Amino acid sequence: MAKIALTVNGKRRAADVEPRLLLAHFLREHLRLTGTHVGCDTTQCGACTVLIDGRSAKSCTIFAVQADGAEITTIEGLAADGKLHPLQEAFWQEHGLQCGFCTPGMIMTAVALLAQNPAPSEREIREGIAGNFCRCTGYQHIVNAIQYASSKSAPVR
Amino acid sequence: MATAPMLPKLVGQRVKRREDPRLIQGRGTYVDDIALVGMQHVVFKRSDVAHGRIRAIDTTAAAAMDGVEAVFTGADIAKILPPMPIGTPFPSPEHRAVAVDTVRFGGEPVAVVVARDRYVARDAADAITVEIDPLPAVVDVEQAMTGKPTVIHPDFANNLAVALVPGGTGVTPDGKVDDSAIDAAFAKAEVVISQRMVNHRLAPSAIEPRGVVAHYEPGKGTMTIWSSTQNPHILRTFIAALNGLGQDQVRAIAPEVGGGFGAKINIYAEEYVCSAISKALGIPVKWNEDRTEAFVATTHGRDIIGYVDLAAKRDGTLLGLKMRLIADIGAYNMLLTAAIPTLTQMMANATYNIPAIRTTLTEVFTNKTPTDAYRGAGRPEATYFVERAMDMLARELKMDPAELRRKNFIQPHQFPFATQSGAVYDSGDYAKALDLALKKANWEQLKRERDAARAEGRLVGLGLSMYVEVCGLGPSAALPTGGWEHAQVTVERDGRISATTGASPHGQGNETTFAQMLADQFGVPIEHVTILHGDTGVVKQGIGTFGSRSQAVGGTAIHLAGSKVKAKMGKFAAAMMEASEEDLVFENGTIAVKGAPASAKPFAAIAAYAYVPVPLPPGMEPGLSDEAFWEPANNTYPFGCHISMLEIDRQTGEPTLLKLVAVDDAGNLINPLIVEGQIHGGLAQGIGQAMIEEVVYSEDGQLLTGSFMDYALPRAIDFPRFELDATVTPTPVNPLGAKGVGEAGTLGSTPCVVSAAVDALSEFGVKHVDMMLRPEKLWRVIQGGRS
Repeated sequence: MAKIALTVNGKRRAADVEPRLLLAHFLREHLRLTGTHVGCDTTQCGACTVLIDGRSAKSCTIFAVQADGAEITTIEGLAADGKLHPLQEAFWQEHGLQCGFCTPGMIMTAVALLAQNPAPSEREIREGIAGNFCRCTGYQHIVNAIQYASSKSAPVR
Repeated sequence: MATAPMLPKLVGQRVKRREDPRLIQGRGTYVDDIALVGMQHVVFKRSDVAHGRIRAIDTTAAAAMDGVEAVFTGADIAKILPPMPIGTPFPSPEHRAVAVDTVRFGGEPVAVVVARDRYVARDAADAITVEIDPLPAVVDVEQAMTGKPTVIHPDFANNLAVALVPGGTGVTPDGKVDDSAIDAAFAKAEVVISQRMVNHRLAPSAIEPRGVVAHYEPGKGTMTIWSSTQNPHILRTFIAALNGLGQDQVRAIAPEVGGGFGAKINIYAEEYVCSAISKALGIPVKWNEDRTEAFVATTHGRDIIGYVDLAAKRDGTLLGLKMRLIADIGAYNMLLTAAIPTLTQMMANATYNIPAIRTTLTEVFTNKTPTDAYRGAGRPEATYFVERAMDMLARELKMDPAELRRKNFIQPHQFPFATQSGAVYDSGDYAKALDLALKKANWEQLKRERDAARAEGRLVGLGLSMYVEVCGLGPSAALPTGGWEHAQVTVERDGRISATTGASPHGQGNETTFAQMLADQFGVPIEHVTILHGDTGVVKQGIGTFGSRSQAVGGTAIHLAGSKVKAKMGKFAAAMMEASEEDLVFENGTIAVKGAPASAKPFAAIAAYAYVPVPLPPGMEPGLSDEAFWEPANNTYPFGCHISMLEIDRQTGEPTLLKLVAVDDAGNLINPLIVEGQIHGGLAQGIGQAMIEEVVYSEDGQLLTGSFMDYALPRAIDFPRFELDATVTPTPVNPLGAKGVGEAGTLGSTPCVVSAAVDALSEFGVKHVDMMLRPEKLWRVIQGGRS
């Protein structure tokens, strides 16, 4: 077992974990933050995407021990003071989700994308989310949602 | 008295979904999010050979591991679980949830571990040693039909699961076949198109893998099962039956379900095994599928060969169609496996007047994962075979593909139209959809653009496809589960409305669309309406969500139950207000006498009166709750036209989809925003099949596309922006006029993309290319080989 300490959604967390425990499972099963989903086992689908020190990362391919000392934001940590994050608002507004399973990872990827490039072209958006699979929407409404959030030019964290 | 703001009518509006606030905040509860006290984890040990006899299984090391609760072999499971049933009236070999002596596909379960957590359970499964004597495997469906090199099930000679089902002109319900009409049609033919086409195997790939939590409570003798399923009521039926319980003793819950696409209709081995293990051990257990596991353990889709012959006159008039179908169903019959290809037969008539049709269907076992429903389920296959043949005919006759189709359309005055293949189309105006698609795509301009690109040496092609599908399934005569749907609508004591539906959604947005309907019906704010679903403990009856039936069948049940409650509420209001119930209007959160707004009583006040009815109006019972079972007299038949433009790189063979225009007619629409989302998703899957998705096996039955690294699931960069439009031809089958739209996108898109590729390659004399459009395959055509 290994001791880790990290910050998740602004809260300090310490735990004693198996070295092989995946970060996704640590978040889901130890912290019960089940908004981070696991949709594959080969780092393709992106449903498990979280922010680690502000960068998007697939938490199914990182051991919890590798996140020792990191600052992590999950989908549950995105809304602040009871107000939806602009990308959450945008996905709702533009019908950017159907079954909702890929949505948390998709939104976290989009947060990182707009942080890097606040006014992406449609092509840049499609390339930016190419590491996240959605089987329901055909992506068009997801692209619309990211464009909507971008055009609102709200401060994107 | 202050005037409250008028409530807008919501049906037909682009209402934002009510499901979304929880889902965009990570607050939905999917099966894998459920944790029960004392719950243990299940992992399946699976065969890594496609066909063989189990000689020995050693579970000693696994059972001895710290944290392991129990280990079961197939023989152990057979003691607590009967063989798995199917849902179609076809003969089927015995199918054990966990193989007892023979494995018939790679990934078939051979043992089960129950342990403290998923990591320990996986370790233990790895510690089980299984010795299997390999048998020859067969993966080529036409090879399998020879019975060589192996017969997979001894009672099914030559691996024929279904030897031959005839359909079309001159076939009587008892199976007698009269070929005179089809023979005469082909005797008159001036041109015949003949082509073997492969509609290949796909992995449905909902992003949420399947999962089960089963909790048998020995004290109560009841079972609760949570599953990522499209149809909890059907699940309850089968789980009860196989565990020796009554349906009153089983509660099945479909919590948030992360996509289904047909693959979560089937009731799976893992659901049966988890329920039986929970009952045997008296503890709650959970199983959650890995993606790699999903590729072998979740049913595949399509995989059917069509030998298509299309007879016509040289002016393009169709005379006859023959379609010989050979379906590769994999190693076993699952719930609906055998029925899916019969829908291909049923829809062979497409959108055309075809004087004579003959279909035959043969279904064949191979050493692969079983097939079952996948989005479209039989109809995309029919559309693909007919529309590709139509495209080949247009090319042969040098006709515009649009004009060939127009010449042969079933005309609006012919509806209801009894087809040669056994359907009765409800309503349609195919030329209208074609015309709108041509206009939207700017067809003549597109042809000029294509020709200009060709003049520059680019390989650019256009494709066009019509489709008609069968939705809103369907009368009970056509569905062994029953073809109805159920709803219960209750106006609560505080004037809010709760309604249950047996249509169990997994992304379709029924919580929004059904609430739109009830809000309009009762004249109340949508915020006052709650739609409950997916729990047999709450939803009294139901069938489920498949065959694009939620709105047409489930929505109608909601409407009818709402009508009953509204009528009763009108009687209470009439008594309270001393008015005639015919004169009452429900609007704006009130009930008022027509033309006398001052008479308005709050909706909630009438509701309160109905639950404390002093005085009780004569002949009435208290309360405001009623139900409806809606059984449609027929299916619905949505239709449309899809057009695409595609370019192939002359150097590499890589295809790029440049344009996709889709005009769809799903009848009346409740929420166009949700409908667009459904069509986008269907298009993505239809295009995915045409261009990049394919399940591939090696000759010895090893799945070569067993992960997302090898199976190309479409990404955002694989698509252009889809251009949609709609015509509206309501169905007379239900009072909503709604036809259904969940699968439509997969029908027209696949053939229209393949036809565009063939058009792009026309300079090489190509008439047909089988899917998927692998660059290497196209490159070979460009290099002078023929597909």
